[in-house]
Amino acid sequence: MRFIDLFRKKNTSEIAKDRLKMVLVSDRSAVNPEIMERIKNDIIQVLAKYVEIDQEGLDIKITQVDAEGEDRAKGSTVPALYANIPIKSMKQSN
Amino acid sequence: MAEVIVVTSGKGGVGKTTTTANLGTGLSKLDKKVVLVDTDIGLRNLDVVLGLENRIVYNLVDVVDGNCKISQALIKDKKTDGLYLLPAAQTRDKDAVTPDQMRELVEELRKDFDYIILDCPAGIEQGFKNAIAAADRALVVTTPEVSAVRDADRIIGLLEANEIKNIRLIVNRLNVDMVKHGNMMTAEDVVEVLSIDLIGVVPYDEKIVVSTNTGTPLAGEDTLVGQSYMNICKRIMGEDVPFLNLEAKKGFFAKIGELFKG
Repeated sequence: MRFIDLFRKKNTSEIAKDRLKMVLVSDRSAVNPEIMERIKNDIIQVLAKYVEIDQEGLDIKITQVDAEGEDRAKGSTVPALYANIPIKSMKQSN
Repeated sequence: MAEVIVVTSGKGGVGKTTTTANLGTGLSKLDKKVVLVDTDIGLRNLDVVLGLENRIVYNLVDVVDGNCKISQALIKDKKTDGLYLLPAAQTRDKDAVTPDQMRELVEELRKDFDYIILDCPAGIEQGFKNAIAAADRALVVTTPEVSAVRDADRIIGLLEANEIKNIRLIVNRLNVDMVKHGNMMTAEDVVEVLSIDLIGVVPYDEKIVVSTNTGTPLAGEDTLVGQSYMNICKRIMGEDVPFLNLEAKKGFFAKIGELFKG
């Protein structure tokens, strides 16, 4: 945003376009809950081979993060898988 | 070889049926043989927009159920040569037809027509699925409003998922004065947000209401709206037609008025 823009009231058409862009980012990245559940279960299964997971504290979701590289300058975002998986203990490998 | 075009939008009330009627009228004025199929079973309206409501005997569901031959259900337009309507059933619902039956019906129509235009119901449920099942290409109609553009984006995603590759955008009811005052998105704004190619812009005009009052489409008439529809028809046929300058045609008094505004 240029400095002078701070003093200019936004046109409603610009507001519409900005709001649309935001809402489409989340619409387009929306994942079907059933698929999300399957992704979650698959991740748990793989990890369970090596570590003991705290299933209560598990948090896996798809969110938006700022794009990197060229797109970053445009202020666009991309979907990313966010996972917070607390480990109770490492399984001993033999 | 006939081409099957579905006119769709997601959101209701953006002008699918009016667009379908005008493209049908325009293409037949360009000497093509066209059939318009109203796939909005239960909420048919293409018949009234075309002024053919009093001539319906059989409908799409009758054909699919085998109660009549296609030729018996087709209504020939009196005003425009080469234009036909296959009306929807009014007393049934969307589940009365399956995508397979729709494909079969369209295959039959291909033999006799240059263009088969399917007027799709609003929404993304069964009626939408039926309408897109047989389509070769799609025209997505939207107005320059947040809700309509959002729904158009969803529709484009679904069309792509159904392997319809030729998808073009029609920006309908563009209000040139509002755009000028920064209170309406431009067609370019909408194209940028949706990132699909534009095939036409139709300006907002009260004449459309008058034309639906009487059931007489405007395509081909010497007005901006009539020309916009005609240009879309030519682009459908593959012609490279430049986009109209929608601001160009101002009345004499409007121009004088502007002089005084400074």
